[in-house]
Amino acid sequence: MSEPLARVRAWFQGGTLLWPLLGLAALLAFNLVWSPGFFSVELREGHLYGILVDILNQGSKVMLLSIGMTLVIASGGVDLSVGSIMAIAGALAAALVTRTGLPFVAVVPITLLAALLAGFGNGLLVAKAGIQPIIATLILMVAGRGVAMLITGGQILTFDLPAFVYLGNGHLFGLPFTVTIVAAVLAISVWLTRRTACGLFLEAVGDNGRAARFCGINTTAVKLLVYAVSGLCAGIAGLIATSNIKAADSSRVGEMMELDAIFAVVVGGTALTGGRFSLVGSVLGALLIQTLTTTMQNLGVPPAISPVPKSIVIVAVCLLQSAKFRGQIGGLWKGKARP
Amino acid sequence: MSGGASAPLLRIADLSIAFGPVKALDGAGLTLRAGEIHALMGENGAGKSTLIKTLTGVYAPDSGRFEFEGRPVAPKSPRDAEAIGISTVYQEVNLVPTLSIADNILLGRQPTRFGLLRKSQIRRRAEAALGRLGLKLDASRSLSSCSMAEQQMVAIARALDVKAKLLILDEPTSSLDEREVEFLFGVLRRLRDEGVAMLFVTHFLDQVYAVSDRITVLRNGRFVGEHPIAELPRLKLISAMLGREFAEMQHLAESAHSAAAGSRAPLLEARHISHKGTMNPVSLDIAAGEVTGLAGLLGSGRTETAKMLFGVTPTQTGEIKLGGTTVKIASPRDAIRLGLAFCSEDRKTEGIFPDLSVRENMVLALQSRRGPLRLMARKEQDTIADHYIRALRIKTDSAGTPIKNLSGGNQQKVLLGRWLSLQPRLIILDEPTRGIDVGAKADIEKLVQSLRGEGMSVLFISSDIEEVVRNCQRVVVLRDRRKIGELSGPDVEAGRIMNVIAHHE
Repeated sequence: MSEPLARVRAWFQGGTLLWPLLGLAALLAFNLVWSPGFFSVELREGHLYGILVDILNQGSKVMLLSIGMTLVIASGGVDLSVGSIMAIAGALAAALVTRTGLPFVAVVPITLLAALLAGFGNGLLVAKAGIQPIIATLILMVAGRGVAMLITGGQILTFDLPAFVYLGNGHLFGLPFTVTIVAAVLAISVWLTRRTACGLFLEAVGDNGRAARFCGINTTAVKLLVYAVSGLCAGIAGLIATSNIKAADSSRVGEMMELDAIFAVVVGGTALTGGRFSLVGSVLGALLIQTLTTTMQNLGVPPAISPVPKSIVIVAVCLLQSAKFRGQIGGLWKGKARP
Repeated sequence: MSGGASAPLLRIADLSIAFGPVKALDGAGLTLRAGEIHALMGENGAGKSTLIKTLTGVYAPDSGRFEFEGRPVAPKSPRDAEAIGISTVYQEVNLVPTLSIADNILLGRQPTRFGLLRKSQIRRRAEAALGRLGLKLDASRSLSSCSMAEQQMVAIARALDVKAKLLILDEPTSSLDEREVEFLFGVLRRLRDEGVAMLFVTHFLDQVYAVSDRITVLRNGRFVGEHPIAELPRLKLISAMLGREFAEMQHLAESAHSAAAGSRAPLLEARHISHKGTMNPVSLDIAAGEVTGLAGLLGSGRTETAKMLFGVTPTQTGEIKLGGTTVKIASPRDAIRLGLAFCSEDRKTEGIFPDLSVRENMVLALQSRRGPLRLMARKEQDTIADHYIRALRIKTDSAGTPIKNLSGGNQQKVLLGRWLSLQPRLIILDEPTRGIDVGAKADIEKLVQSLRGEGMSVLFISSDIEEVVRNCQRVVVLRDRRKIGELSGPDVEAGRIMNVIAHHE
């Protein structure tokens, strides 16, 4: 068998990528029938516009969060604070842009460093202080928005710096710039986890932390690192979300997005118990969730009840991923087929 | 004892189960009578676990006959099996450590009134169940305060409380010391006299002969034979299990000692190392190219000593010298860098990565020594995995199979491969043969001798004194978390070791 073909098969092994892909395909097929115009894409001034492009653009934040979240979940933890870190990053960047004369090329690294440190703080609580991840990150989830408010002084800071506005609204290669950002972050993180031994160490720590220590793996460092990376991803997402509305709205930005990110990871085939993970699967999961959200907006489903169909689809994909459930369904099928 | 005329309690014949292409059982059979202790013997992968899981309703057989009390049955779950009178005590105690003994015994079937638990009745029933075993334990104590042996008894009491007619004991003695084993056997004999049938699975041959009435041997999922204990001497049993001649074993015992335990330069010298609460100060030397044994009863501090040497529990006093220079071992990481390897006795929590493949399990320690940045090429990983799969005769579909799909003995061999691939100067083997069958045991003992031949030092820990004697040139004897003696050369024999343990002070 040829090498690329074998690799494609390895991808589908265990169906980790198969089920989110199937879910996505089913949603698109649904739209093909029920929402005319869903697939129409037009070229204006060299930029592509259309619902599909919107999905990529709107979904970029959850996709970024899900990349960091995948690593954290693979280590056996969870990061609830990413939405709040988005708020901190947005507030800090907006404050620096509006109140200081710093150029935007300096604002970005400062903001991202702050986000990274926030994530690192989570890592310290989990890996050094031994606090349960859900509690450790809940602290920053609750406190983070307060920090963001402190930075902005409680106001909504608006800005019109072109470079900052471009980040979440500009186009590159005919597509929204955010697509390039997601592609770059995904490529770098896949490369770092699969072309070095970091991914293997992470899976080992998540699968059996004690055994990993006995193998000489620095489990503390692994955990610190994944929470820091998750913070960094949230920082990038926060910059995009803030740029989208040209304002730092500390109480709303990234609200409930941590949950979407966790959904995306689970839908993408990474188990919440830790161990094996798939970054590509999580990004597909995030796309699936965004497609679902957009589909419902398109159909005019009121936002208040849209979580219901959303949760149904998520449960369906998660059930399909369970080999046990598939076996039971298969058994039912066979049982009925018999006379 | 069972009368010859009485109908068997359980009759299984021609049982077959396949998992994908692997035939786990292929015409297995077993017949049990009320009031007997029946040993089920076989190598790793012979189908013992599968057969037990079929009896308890975890697996459904593809074909075959399964009769209990003369009627065909097909339990669909462990609960089903319990309902018809088949209970199991597993190797790893499956109880809730934070609950009381009484709650553990009655968990899931506590008597209630108006939906509320009836504490006093729970306690009375639990104590009655323990009393049946001849045990006097305070049933209100929490399980975590009990010794392993006591927990095992609680597990048996729990199994019996469901009016078991057949009690399956899967490696019940693997974490018990000799006195506790004797006590357990007393309990088993008592139950036998009450008419309970017991299926006893163990790897300790002595125990099979000490307590069983009859033996059934499986090999490669097939029924090989059933014999009364008196008609199947050890050598015959072993050759039945292995399907090959077994002269090699005796050979081994002699070769270990023929290489005289001369005074070699010590590779590792530990002086007064201790860790408060786990081990009193202990000093020991491990010579280059020698197998040093750590002997002692359960709880004597064998594992604790090993863990100090490997940096798992950092030493608080004393010093360790490696090749003459003082070294600091604060973590397993340090130890691995210095050329040490440690194969833990606790395969499940300190050894395997269940979801990772055999190959990944094998290369992780080596990769971790090389650091995270230089990923080992896939080719190199495959070479290492294939080498040890062949050299250690590991039974697996491929190197890509998750290790959790392998039998215990094969998992153990993968872990040995992991540590050997480091080519360490000193390898610590803590109970390397626990819970694995005679064939794999012989493989591992052979391996230990060949490692010594290659100049590697081995620290060999085992609760089986005969095994220590067979493998070691020098033996350090521990008791009550202290070193109480050291034997070497011709002095290394079981009688002397036991003498040291028994008559110290």
